[in-house]
Amino acid sequence: MSNDALLVLDRVCKSFGPVQVIDEVTVEVHAGKVSVLLGENGAGKSTLIKMIAGVHSADSGRILMDGKEVQIPDTKASEALGIATIHQELNLVPSMTIAENITLGRVPRRFGIINRREMRRIAREALDQLGLNLDVNTPVGDLGLAQQQLVEIAKALSLDARVLILDEPTAALTNAEIAGLFEVVNQLKTKGVGMVFISHHLDEIAAIGDFVNVLRDGKFIATVPADTPENELVRLMVGRDIDAQFPRQTATPGEQHLLSVENLSVGALQNISLSVRPGEVVALAGLMGAGRTELIRAIAGADKYTSGTVKVAGKKLPRNDVAAATRAGLGHVPEDRKTQGLVLDASVAENIGYATMASTAKAGLVDRKGQRERAEKVAARLRIRMGNIDQPIRSLSGGNQQKAVFGRWFSAGAKVLLLDEPTRGVDVGAKVEIYELINEITSSGGCVLMASSELPEVLGMSDRVLVMSQGRIAGELATNEATQDSIMALAVSNVHREDEMGKK
Amino acid sequence: MSSVATTPKKGFDFKAFLANNGALVGLVVLCLAMFIATPRFLTGPNLMNIGIQVSTIAVMAFGMTFVIVAAGIDLSVGSIAAISAMTSSYWVTTAGLPDGLSIVVGLAIGGLCGWVTGAMSAYGKLPTFIASLAMLTIVRGLTLVISDGRPIATGDSVSWLGGDLGFMPVPILILIVSGLIAAFVLNRTIIGKNAFAVGGNTEAARLSGIPVKRVLVTVFVISGIFAALSGMILAGRLDSAQPTLASGYELDAIAAVVIGGASLSGGVGRISGTLIGALVLAVIRNGLNLLSVSAFWQQVVIGLVIAIAVGFDVLRRKNVRH
Repeated sequence: MSNDALLVLDRVCKSFGPVQVIDEVTVEVHAGKVSVLLGENGAGKSTLIKMIAGVHSADSGRILMDGKEVQIPDTKASEALGIATIHQELNLVPSMTIAENITLGRVPRRFGIINRREMRRIAREALDQLGLNLDVNTPVGDLGLAQQQLVEIAKALSLDARVLILDEPTAALTNAEIAGLFEVVNQLKTKGVGMVFISHHLDEIAAIGDFVNVLRDGKFIATVPADTPENELVRLMVGRDIDAQFPRQTATPGEQHLLSVENLSVGALQNISLSVRPGEVVALAGLMGAGRTELIRAIAGADKYTSGTVKVAGKKLPRNDVAAATRAGLGHVPEDRKTQGLVLDASVAENIGYATMASTAKAGLVDRKGQRERAEKVAARLRIRMGNIDQPIRSLSGGNQQKAVFGRWFSAGAKVLLLDEPTRGVDVGAKVEIYELINEITSSGGCVLMASSELPEVLGMSDRVLVMSQGRIAGELATNEATQDSIMALAVSNVHREDEMGKK
Repeated sequence: MSSVATTPKKGFDFKAFLANNGALVGLVVLCLAMFIATPRFLTGPNLMNIGIQVSTIAVMAFGMTFVIVAAGIDLSVGSIAAISAMTSSYWVTTAGLPDGLSIVVGLAIGGLCGWVTGAMSAYGKLPTFIASLAMLTIVRGLTLVISDGRPIATGDSVSWLGGDLGFMPVPILILIVSGLIAAFVLNRTIIGKNAFAVGGNTEAARLSGIPVKRVLVTVFVISGIFAALSGMILAGRLDSAQPTLASGYELDAIAAVVIGGASLSGGVGRISGTLIGALVLAVIRNGLNLLSVSAFWQQVVIGLVIAIAVGFDVLRRKNVRH
């Protein structure tokens, strides 16, 4: 199959300083095929696609396009070769229209004046190729994330892209949106576009991929067909068998409520009451926009609420006061670790230590030795993989960054963990380790309230499920009796009714 | 500082040293160049002179470093310097109150002005640029009101700040002591570490239980106190507080902090860097004076130096990260 390959990375290597990130990796992209890159965070997937995109250049090895060796010194060169990358962070200007975004950087002009009609025509054509029925005059910021992503793909196609790299395109999409994206991908296959697809979701690989390139620690492990069983893929990826993807160990819940929320209301949230006992993991499920994140943030003290009470171990917490919540034993792992969880320029030790800095200080002086020792202890316990504790946390992989956010609350001795999408963008191996941390909290008498969009995670790791819909708790299910269907039925329960009311 | 990744390597990594100490290397090169250009540069009196000149800007910039590390900017420091010098002089000369308290009064006024800027920004939600721009004008206006537009003679204590202690000029002593204090507060105390966290990522700091608003107010109070000290040194050297004192100094202070390697987007900065930045500015001014370059051209040169210094820093950061 090597003869007709569109793009080949031939035994490429790359190191940053002393660290060999990519070690003799060979990957092929074929026209009309989806080539999946599979590997844990830090396996080298990002570096590899950055080489194709012209962000990094290979130290050794060749890159072949249509069988001819090419150099990709910068992103312009990559674009000229017909390679387009759709990153997780989209490269769109929210305030500009779809048409303006699609023609960004190559605006059609007549006598030096922007030719708006031609601009719209180019955009229309690009959208039609994907069968997208959107008004090209809509500002991109008004679109949902999934549609923005499709606009970006349309933009790539209008640049005559022959190789499309999709870096975790499904990470923030709902199931329906993913189905829409896959339809587009299938269309592109028939048009002969070669695609590289990165995802942590193994079920998606079988659904959309043709073959799978497995990377581990920067080394090429194998290329296997996309219908390889999931267990086998996981084994290839982590280099060992993972016994259980969801290793929940149920603890006997205590009698008293550790966390209780009564009649909490704010914005769309209406009269939310819930309670969690020691040893319990309670999952918050629901559609996007159901109010899970808002609820978690209100409980954590991150946002104000208009009425209601939050109690930890029977003690009422003041509103909108994270410091007080921290002292009461609450820990909050926010939705987006990069923008809300971490100070990326600061070291691992500092990031772990923020919650304990004030409480361990003497006379306003930071307890530097103690902070360091605590951070090192927690990092070892959570198996955070890093060079040393003083390196900037930016340089760690997503899973290890996430573990550091957990580490902050472990080190602060938090008893109640509020988790918001705790494993988003985290690879399989680190996921299991995070689940083990959840077990550790509950077995030592703590409790967890976990908002998650991943139903397998909800079903695998919780004891009870609270399903939210339109700012209310639509129902409660015992996890061992719940199914994906029963959760979804509750999640859309209010939606339908309100839709109908809206139509009248 | 926390932000620079250093991988342990055998021997001395000259390249890494250059990359991490660009401003220091620049300062050394600058001094060598000045020494070659004019032998008068490296004489005791001239170095003393540079020391005195650098002290006012450096002390002001030490305070500014806190604000910039917390991702803010303080444009009001020049005006705060003036009002503090003015009130401390008014206290003694016009109101006839005890001279022993005049420095404390000046510092308190500076801290108070800083508190107002910080509160406007933290609780009033004004961007720090706007809040401090407003204070720049308000405080300068108040200075003119108090003084009725005329200079006031300083009291003995403030004059002492601009004098000598034995062979050592007091401004240089203050520079050293306040630099040590600033570095200690920035690196060892909760106040300083909180400023780094807030500047690095405000939301993450807030969700970790760091009192973001209080931190913002605190850095402005610190900046105000240092600005007040700087203003009183300046007045002490002239033995009079002018209503236009330290006008435009805020820009030099910001330049010093930025040349010293701090990032205006927050989370990065050190006091030693700020001192080097202030020295770079002072050495250039002094050298150009010795070479009798016109004051007009000096401005052009200083502007270029700021652009080049920060440009190098941006390049360096780009290379460090991948």
